[in-house]
Amino acid sequence: MMKITKEKMLEKQGYRLHILPSKKYKTINIVAKFKSELKKEWMTKRALLPMVLQKATQDHPSPRQLQSALENLYGTILSSDGTKKGENHVISFRMEVANEAYLNDRTPLLEEALRLFHNVLFNPKSENYAFDEKIFNREKQTLEQKITSIKDDKMSYANMRLIDHMCKDEPYAYHVHGYPEDLEKLTAADLYEYYQTFINHDLLDVYITGDVDEDEAERLIDKYFTRENASNQALIEKKTNTQPVDESKEIIEEDELNQGKLHLGFRTHTTFGDEDYYALQIFNGLFGGFPSSKLFMNVREKHSLAYYAASRFESHKGLLLVFSGIAPDVYEQAKSIILEQVEAMRNGEFTEEEVEQTKELVVNQLLETMDSAQGLIEILYHQVLSGHMVEAEELIENIRRVTMQEVVDMAKKIELDTIYFLTSKEGGEK
Amino acid sequence: MKELVYEQLKETIYTETLDNGLKVFLLTKPDMVKTFGIFATDYGSIDQTFTPLGKDETVTVPEGIAHFLEHKLFEKEDRDVFQDFTKQGASANAFTSFTKTAYLFSATSNIEKNVETLLNFVQDPYFSDQSVEKEKGIIAQEIKMYDDQPDWRSFFGTIQSLFHEHPVRVDIAGTVESIDEITKEDLYTCYETFYHPSNMTLFIAGNFDPEEMMKQVKDNQNAKEFAEAPSIHRSYPEEPENVAKAFEKIEMPVTTSKCMIGLKEKVAGLSGRDILRAELLSSMILSHYFSKSGEFYEELYENDLIDDSFHYETDLDRQFGFTILGGDSRNPDELAKRVKEMLHQLKERHISQEDFERMKKKKIGQFLRAMNSMEFIANQFSHYHLLGIDLFEVLPEIEALTIEKANDFLENWIHEDRIAVFQVVPPQAD
Repeated sequence: MMKITKEKMLEKQGYRLHILPSKKYKTINIVAKFKSELKKEWMTKRALLPMVLQKATQDHPSPRQLQSALENLYGTILSSDGTKKGENHVISFRMEVANEAYLNDRTPLLEEALRLFHNVLFNPKSENYAFDEKIFNREKQTLEQKITSIKDDKMSYANMRLIDHMCKDEPYAYHVHGYPEDLEKLTAADLYEYYQTFINHDLLDVYITGDVDEDEAERLIDKYFTRENASNQALIEKKTNTQPVDESKEIIEEDELNQGKLHLGFRTHTTFGDEDYYALQIFNGLFGGFPSSKLFMNVREKHSLAYYAASRFESHKGLLLVFSGIAPDVYEQAKSIILEQVEAMRNGEFTEEEVEQTKELVVNQLLETMDSAQGLIEILYHQVLSGHMVEAEELIENIRRVTMQEVVDMAKKIELDTIYFLTSKEGGEK
Repeated sequence: MKELVYEQLKETIYTETLDNGLKVFLLTKPDMVKTFGIFATDYGSIDQTFTPLGKDETVTVPEGIAHFLEHKLFEKEDRDVFQDFTKQGASANAFTSFTKTAYLFSATSNIEKNVETLLNFVQDPYFSDQSVEKEKGIIAQEIKMYDDQPDWRSFFGTIQSLFHEHPVRVDIAGTVESIDEITKEDLYTCYETFYHPSNMTLFIAGNFDPEEMMKQVKDNQNAKEFAEAPSIHRSYPEEPENVAKAFEKIEMPVTTSKCMIGLKEKVAGLSGRDILRAELLSSMILSHYFSKSGEFYEELYENDLIDDSFHYETDLDRQFGFTILGGDSRNPDELAKRVKEMLHQLKERHISQEDFERMKKKKIGQFLRAMNSMEFIANQFSHYHLLGIDLFEVLPEIEALTIEKANDFLENWIHEDRIAVFQVVPPQAD
């Protein structure tokens, strides 16, 4: 089989460098991923930190100056986000810069962009061991607003509440935007102190992809990424702690809405790198991952109860989540139809042919994701998170090897943990 | 088959208009694994009043019918088309906009079969009373989902404030009441009028041989018969130049208010090229003042009138045009007042040559970034084609823009009677 991706991985001073030359793109993408364990007292700081870092550097001391500098480089984009991945928290900084080869102008764009990237991470605007007060306070306000407005997006809100209940005593339930009470107390000096921990102790992986010369890319990144104080890092496996479900929970909460949000959380007890991870992918495809799946065909097409009814899984925590938007008065019906689909999966009510088709859909999805620069990097980063090196080719072979029995075994392995329903104040279940 | 070579972008398009009028565009992307196909008709939610094929009198069909028809084309007498794509390892989707309905697939294998499926399912409608009834429940849930989304409500509310009569003010999905009136006969009337090949474009991008692909499409089309199609007669109401409502406010259970400022754009009499220039200039000017590097953004952000959710967009079409700016705000009245003042100031402001060059660079970078995505290319190419614009000529068009053109544009852009403010606010205590 053709080699799908060419990844060169190099150990550098305090980080790992991944070079992925590709002629697919007219831009170059650079992603820096910082990983730490999930700790409640860090959540608010880790939510706020990338927001503050992205606003100003010593040499571009106002948000507007920093943005203008990026714009001068043909509208280079810099963004950041923080996510939970299993028992880890990952902060990603992403930069996308036009490839000089397509321009009628010969500025050394990549080098200039990397210099800016370096300054954002390593030379933020600060004074007396604290971030700039004005920027800090403004970002604090923005984060506070972000925390309160989660409630305005009912799908995300219901998902958050499901995880709150389901993972109550686990780090995975910590809120990715942090907590208002922690935010209120936080000072510009506290955050700067945490920044020192972050910049020196998080595990860092840097990816670069695009139509670049490997040696030149390595030389440039070497020049702008060095962490003197950080130790070199081996791939460390941190297995999520998964326990059998004692008794499943059913939780109904009320809110002001037209459409009820029915979300179900299952434990898969399977994570990336496990042997049966591939069977989980096929299970999810047949169950709720595609428009041909049982959830879509039954909840939507057969019973017209919903516009969307789907499932997805979290690769590093071992969760499978089902979500659907339904009228408040069909809760019992929708719930039993969803649970019947799980039973049908356990009873092997699907054909060999459907298994084969689902494998091809999963492979197709994987290949499509790898056509996009950011998608490719996300897939490769699974390896870092899990401590398992699996080549893209191997992933595909393993998907194709899954048997019908393995899918049934997976269906039997998953356990219902929590049913969560966010419903309207007046029109709920009678 | 014509071959269009774009040197600077290193892209080639193969195109031909077939005997039945279908316009075909092929873009080869040998480095990509994926192939993406989009089959689109020049028919959207605004095409409500028209003369049906073979009739003399105009009819007005229920609101939301183009979108309803899009849903129903996937269902055949004996099967669901999603399953056909599934069997061929592809994922399929569709969307309806104000002016277009599009059907798409992406796949990494079985490309010929998937192209065949795309052409055949769109050109072989099957509507029954029973399946029309069934869809009403699903679409009602889709409508209710949007009803709960404050961002969608504020976007659409702004459009409704801008337009008095034009059907752009009708929600694309219609209302629960309007879709209830839809019959199988209505669907056939719309289908026969608007799905004639001469009203459609096919765009395929990916890894294939263009000669063979064109031959396949031709063979497929030559084997089918279509009635003679005179040009379609659509009618739209007279729309005044001013806005319908200068100010409107609705209450929703949101934690943070939203405030949108809408501009009703003049498009009557503009050629495709004029529209493209206006679109480029308005987005460059908005980006110069209202993106994160802009002085207006800085002022609004520092005064806590906006947050990260602040955004702007311009949509220009043959029939209508609008620009919308806004987002979450703790002080929506003050935000509306300041943004209106800023818009009125634009004319007096002087853009320096240096700033203008930076604006152009940013736009070029943005364009190159977008060109990484085959989906963007295929969607945008088809959209622009209907307006008489060549997507691949956008780059030279940006490079050729001058500061004089920008100043001319600014001279006539902002008028008080073409501005509308729309707010979504939390329920007010009586």
